[in-house]
Amino acid sequence: MKKVRVTTAMIAMAFISLTAMSCKDGKTEHNEETGMHSEMNHEEGMNHDNMSASNTGMDSNTQNSQAKQVLTEYMTLKDALVATDEKAAADAGKKLQNTLQAFDVSSFTAEQQTELKDIIEVATEHAEHISRSDMAHQREHFQMLTKDVTDMVAITGTENTLYQQFCPMYADGGGAWLSMEKEIKNPYFGSKMMKCGKVQKEIN
Amino acid sequence: MIKLLKIIALILLVAFVGIQFIPSERNQSEFVPKTDFLTVNNTPDNIGKLLQVACYDCHSNNTAYPWYNKVQPIAWFLEDHVVEGKKELNFSEWDEYSNRRKNSKLKSIISQIEDDEMPLFSYTLLHRDAVYSDSEKEEVINYMKAIKGSLQ
Repeated sequence: MKKVRVTTAMIAMAFISLTAMSCKDGKTEHNEETGMHSEMNHEEGMNHDNMSASNTGMDSNTQNSQAKQVLTEYMTLKDALVATDEKAAADAGKKLQNTLQAFDVSSFTAEQQTELKDIIEVATEHAEHISRSDMAHQREHFQMLTKDVTDMVAITGTENTLYQQFCPMYADGGGAWLSMEKEIKNPYFGSKMMKCGKVQKEIN
Repeated sequence: MIKLLKIIALILLVAFVGIQFIPSERNQSEFVPKTDFLTVNNTPDNIGKLLQVACYDCHSNNTAYPWYNKVQPIAWFLEDHVVEGKKELNFSEWDEYSNRRKNSKLKSIISQIEDDEMPLFSYTLLHRDAVYSDSEKEEVINYMKAIKGSLQ
């Protein structure tokens, strides 16, 4: 009887160690996969850029299309937060992360490139966090992401008029966000305080 | 049946002993880099201690390893945590961050400590000295807020 117990204990011990080991392997594979994935996305992004560049033969259009895509995905994310839809916000965050990672800054001036790279690096981190966090965290990162996207637009410009809106009730001195519409729909509180905020600035 | 179990147990035991010989990477450095958070900000000693005890094991280039780190697969588990932790925030490389990045990190530090999300529960379980009292929490948060304010 005692022998069986010792054996069982040994099995348990070894099993735990093996499980942990396989966990570790699984994680590594996963990382490699995501690594490949982002590389693929990067390639896709590059191809896309090449295509649009060859179609139009103009750098400024490439710039616009990239910034435009960032803005479109930012708006999708904002709308998901307005709707307090955690899953949709996470998906939008993931998309935004991929787009930001593929952002090609080479057509900008050296000074703009430095600034943009910094913005993109930090914004990518926020997007990544949004893709795997709960609603409260998503909103915290969205607050910081908004600053990055606003600064990006200051460099890249925008075809559509953007409305910079602001709700003083949100944590840390109030929360700002960008919207394509004048009407206030609050992404920080959703239905709890849908109308909190005002237009601070129009960005053209 | 029992014989079969014994064989399996033996194989697993050999595997357990075997993995002890696979080395894991250690996160240790002899010197404190010039870019270290505490050096750059000239952090007061009391705050510095609090940060080192509760954050630096996973968020710097120098981990104070516990004895059980000598045993696999625990060492792997810790290695993963350190790699992930440093990716998110590395106090040793603080001054290499741009102001934008510093700002974002400080905000996250403040909210994570405020919400008791950091240090991780699995860390404080064994590192009881990494548990901040309410006044220590406030001290660290106020300090981080001051640093954040001085950036803008």
